[in-house]
Amino acid sequence: MSKPARAVGIEISGVNLSYGSTHVLKDIALSIRPGEFFAFLGPSGCGKTTLLRLIAGFAQAQTGQVLLDGQDVAPLPPWKRDVGMVFQSYALWPHMTVAKNVAFGLEERRLPRGEIDRRVAQALELVGLSAFAERRPAQLSGGQQQRVAVARTIAIEPKVLLLDEPLSNLDAKMRVSVRRELRALQQRLGLTTIFVTHDQEEANTICDRIAVMDGGKIQQVGTPMELYEHPANLFVANFLGSANILDEKSGVPIPPGKRLVFRPQHAALSAPESAALRGPVTHREFLGATVRYGVRLGESEVLIETPFQSGSELRSVGDQVGVDLPPRRMLFLPA
Amino acid sequence: MTSIRSPGQIALALAIALFLGVFLIVPVATVVYVAFTEKGGGGLTLVNFLDFGRTDLFVRSFWNSVYVSAMTVVWASVLALPLAYLTTRFEFRGAMLVQTLGFLPLIMPPFVGAVAMQLLFGRNGSVNLLLDEWFDFKIGFMEGLNGVIFLQAIHYFPFILVNLSAALRNIDRSMEEAAQNLGSHGLRLFRRIALPLALPGYIAGASLVFVKVFDDVATPLLLNVKEMLAPQAYLRITSIGIDDPMGYVISVVLILVAVATMWATALVMKGKDYATTQRGGGGLARRQLKPREQVLAYAVVILILALVLAPHVGLVLLSFATVWSFSPLPDGYTLAHYTRVLGDSSVYIKNTLLYAGLAAAIDVVIGGAIAYLVLRTRLPGRQWLDWAASTALAVPGVVLGIGYLRAFYGVSLPDGTPLATLWIVIVLAIAIRRLPYALRAAYAALQQISVSLEEAAENLGATKARTVRRVVIPLMTGGLLAGFVTSFATAAVELSAVLILVQSNSDAPLAYGLYVLMQTPAGRGAGAALGVIAVLIVAICMWLSQLAVDRSQRARGMDI
Ligand SMILES: Nc1ncnc2c1ncn2[C@@H]1O[C@H](COP(=O)(O)OP(=O)(O)OP(=O)(O)O)[C@@H](O)[C@H]1O
Ligand SMILES: [Mg+2]
Repeated sequence: MSKPARAVGIEISGVNLSYGSTHVLKDIALSIRPGEFFAFLGPSGCGKTTLLRLIAGFAQAQTGQVLLDGQDVAPLPPWKRDVGMVFQSYALWPHMTVAKNVAFGLEERRLPRGEIDRRVAQALELVGLSAFAERRPAQLSGGQQQRVAVARTIAIEPKVLLLDEPLSNLDAKMRVSVRRELRALQQRLGLTTIFVTHDQEEANTICDRIAVMDGGKIQQVGTPMELYEHPANLFVANFLGSANILDEKSGVPIPPGKRLVFRPQHAALSAPESAALRGPVTHREFLGATVRYGVRLGESEVLIETPFQSGSELRSVGDQVGVDLPPRRMLFLPA
Repeated sequence: MTSIRSPGQIALALAIALFLGVFLIVPVATVVYVAFTEKGGGGLTLVNFLDFGRTDLFVRSFWNSVYVSAMTVVWASVLALPLAYLTTRFEFRGAMLVQTLGFLPLIMPPFVGAVAMQLLFGRNGSVNLLLDEWFDFKIGFMEGLNGVIFLQAIHYFPFILVNLSAALRNIDRSMEEAAQNLGSHGLRLFRRIALPLALPGYIAGASLVFVKVFDDVATPLLLNVKEMLAPQAYLRITSIGIDDPMGYVISVVLILVAVATMWATALVMKGKDYATTQRGGGGLARRQLKPREQVLAYAVVILILALVLAPHVGLVLLSFATVWSFSPLPDGYTLAHYTRVLGDSSVYIKNTLLYAGLAAAIDVVIGGAIAYLVLRTRLPGRQWLDWAASTALAVPGVVLGIGYLRAFYGVSLPDGTPLATLWIVIVLAIAIRRLPYALRAAYAALQQISVSLEEAAENLGATKARTVRRVVIPLMTGGLLAGFVTSFATAAVELSAVLILVQSNSDAPLAYGLYVLMQTPAGRGAGAALGVIAVLIVAICMWLSQLAVDRSQRARGMDI
């Protein structure tokens, strides 16, 4: 498959969408760069699918705009948007063979037969399913079906690729290999891609940038590292990796209306006498590379992970320990 | 299913086998046997079939029947497709109306309205008179075979409509959205995605329509179309006699066509059972109609509705008409036909209630017993009972009638009257014809009852027989009652087997009386009045059956 002539960007601004009295999308504003692999990440029901469907033209917003390549798509029906969507359920047509499924969009575009055959072969080649062209979808495994769905979508060389939880029906091992394939494919095609998931690991490993969503709002947009290091709020801090969140009842001085946030591996245990924060060990878990301790601070409890070296001495439950937290690792976020 | 074989079950199974053997297998086997033997009781031969193939009239009749059945399917599809599309794809307030249409063919078989339709749509019928007056042309709706096609299509299209809409509703929404996403829309989208996915439902409906039309005797005859296969079988037997082999040959051909159609249907459906309903939002996305589309949609629905109601309206008009010919509406109105029908013709109504009641009772008992034996026992060969009962679906009414006549004419009662002339034979023929439907109802009713309820009763010391009586039958009552009423309603208007078996007017049911009266212009009014009464009986039964189902479901505390 040839690289599209030019990748396009997506600009979303001021979008509000309600189904009846349920306000599903609230003041969505997003800017997705050309050629970017972008993720919508958030818990179930936060509106990820709805936002994707809005871009594809299957949902109508009450306010706001969606610009594709600088053009407002509101007047365009789904079949004129040139936005390829891979459905969560794959939505392969059971009455057509794999090849027919992939050829569908090309036939709708009235391409000459030879061109269609060539591009179907190419798309199937790309997803490694050339040998399965004459099978029916029901005769394929879940992972193969998913790749057919991708092939069907990229065969039309869309401006944008939308993937709605494409890995959710695969087993854990398959998930890792398919997501690598997806990433490689996206890189090869240079296609602007949006990937919907509620699995942070999935988003972190393959996406350039992530929009974290909750309750119909975008909480923060950034690269996986930015989100991890500089979460904008407690939700993001909690959703990406584990975080200790402390309020003033912990005995730690915290500005009013704020919470102290830090990652378990950023704190270290020290001798209680010299430390500003101290308390008893409440539990201990051995995780292999690290050891995780629970330490009581005032009325709160924090988790602290320390690297494990063989021979090093471990603390026991009940031991008084000090907690060392470098100031640059302390985040104060609005409650 | 822990049951052991009990003597009672074996006796029951044998009794049913005997019944099916004598009243279904033997008559049909007789028909087939006679078709393959030389006239006058010689050896086996194919000569009768060669005669069939060499007789122009039969070959022409055969192709006429094929043509009429196929064209009926085409026109029924033309009527059903837009309605199915409208009700499943759009937010459309007429949808309920359209769905109710689905019950109309059950309420009135096509022959009942045949004459009324002639008066409305015939060469000198209301519509053509008006067309002629206003626009100076006529349309040959009812000319020859067209009339049969026209009448059958507007009667049977709901079979296609119901099956097709159910199939369309079961298609997952994302199937269509994926196609839109790839650039498809409108009718093209419907043709490439929704329609092929709904094809199994469509084919089920279409093949049902094909077989029903192919087997229909009375509708063509009432429209004075004799050159079709089923009417030929009837005419041969009634005009030449039961010794003429041709009626039997035609019967065998009718059976073969029915079997071939069902077989072909099964073949086409194979591997097409697309279970596309998946997680995430069922059913096709519906959209609002634009104002201009609304107008168009309502126009289509109203036109089709008018066509569907035409036989009913015509029938009612005819039943109240003094004289109605060469005019758009009757010249005057009268109640005379009803007084006549309720007076000296009331024997028809009495017979109908008796026959249909007995036939439905037989069906429910046998259907319930077969369902119990198949689902709840391990009796060897129990499946054969089910298959035997279901073969009745492939036996056209006229064939069963001919089979009874031939098989039971030689059997005499002690006083010398042939068995075949007794009215009870009519009841048995009707019962056999309706048995497959009652059997489905019984299966449905029994499947809803958990086996553990029976096991609990047995665990508490009840014997098998008492368990059946005290637990199974009470719980099945609602379902069986619905089966009874449906059997009753459809038995009340059964004609094709009856036509052959009725020996005297005093033994005739309503459908037969209607058929006879409709033959003469003087009898039409009374015939129509009988038709209206038949429609009322059937409609009330359908309503009662719905009520029975609802009540039994509520009684069991199920959400409806
Ligand atoms: N057609 C609809 N009518 C009414 N409410 C809807 C409709 N579609 C979605 N919703 C509601 O909108 C909210 C967001 O739904 P959406 O499908 O976008 O969630 P999601 O983030 O994709 O969740 P998941 O991870 O479970 O797929 C949910 O609360 C849902 O109940
Ligand atoms: Mg979703």
